[in-house]
Amino acid sequence: MNLNALWEYANPKKFIQTTDRVLPWVAGLAALALVLGLIWGFFFTPVDYRQGSTVKIIYLHVPSALMAINAWMMMLVTSLVWIVRRHHVSALAARAAAPVGLVMTVIALITGAIWGQPMWGTWWAWDPRLTSFLILFLFYLGYIALWEAIENDDTAADLTSILCLVGSVFALLSRYAVNFWNQGLHQGASLSLDKEENVADVFWYPLLVCIAGFVLLFIALVLLRTRTEIRARRMRVLLARERMGA
Amino acid sequence: MMPDLGKYAEAVLSSYAVSIALIIGLIVLSVMRANRVRKQLQEIENKVKRHG
Repeated sequence: MNLNALWEYANPKKFIQTTDRVLPWVAGLAALALVLGLIWGFFFTPVDYRQGSTVKIIYLHVPSALMAINAWMMMLVTSLVWIVRRHHVSALAARAAAPVGLVMTVIALITGAIWGQPMWGTWWAWDPRLTSFLILFLFYLGYIALWEAIENDDTAADLTSILCLVGSVFALLSRYAVNFWNQGLHQGASLSLDKEENVADVFWYPLLVCIAGFVLLFIALVLLRTRTEIRARRMRVLLARERMGA
Repeated sequence: MMPDLGKYAEAVLSSYAVSIALIIGLIVLSVMRANRVRKQLQEIENKVKRHG
């Protein structure tokens, strides 16, 4: 595969043409996987002998937490592409992904708190993973606010890219806090390449379908929102030209 | 059809309700903004074409 061909998609027109074809399929697959995974998990899995029916929260909490971290990582990659190659589509893709990542973080925090109350006896604890997740949430808010606060698109892209680099530390900490500090309430990873560490198969398969659904939903929303950001940027350019001509 | 959620029914149902509401809200807002911006850009481009 010629990697240079990938840069063609940095052309806004080419990006919109390609996503015109791809987006309906990704959105359809996302809806299918989400409906299938959540119905399977909610209606057709047993209760856990320790957690009772709260185990069903795993189908929302784990995929949303995973996407909250991975959305930031995707923003990091596209921000780096902006810094190095100055492709507008990559900066706009990062901007488009932030609200999706924010919602995923909120879902992970809320479902975690709702699960924690009956299981740990508290809605919240200043545990390393929970705290780094809360900081990630604040970084998402700051990132979105910074884009909105700066009028010049290129300056906004530069500054938000730097913020994204700094925030990546907390995105990584959210993932590995349990390994770094062997303390706190939050248990280890529910997902691992090591078969011994994974949840039982009866919970694992519907969880995999839910994860696929969340990943596809994220891709569909980022494609849709990136197209919107490309058009909004074009609109700002045309309006600025009109003002200068008047 | 509804599974027996026992004493944790409130926790499980509220988790699903909040999460699904947030996801649907995000989708609806994203689609609405996409349509609005597309229409606005179309109008501006038509205006630019008319005025040369």
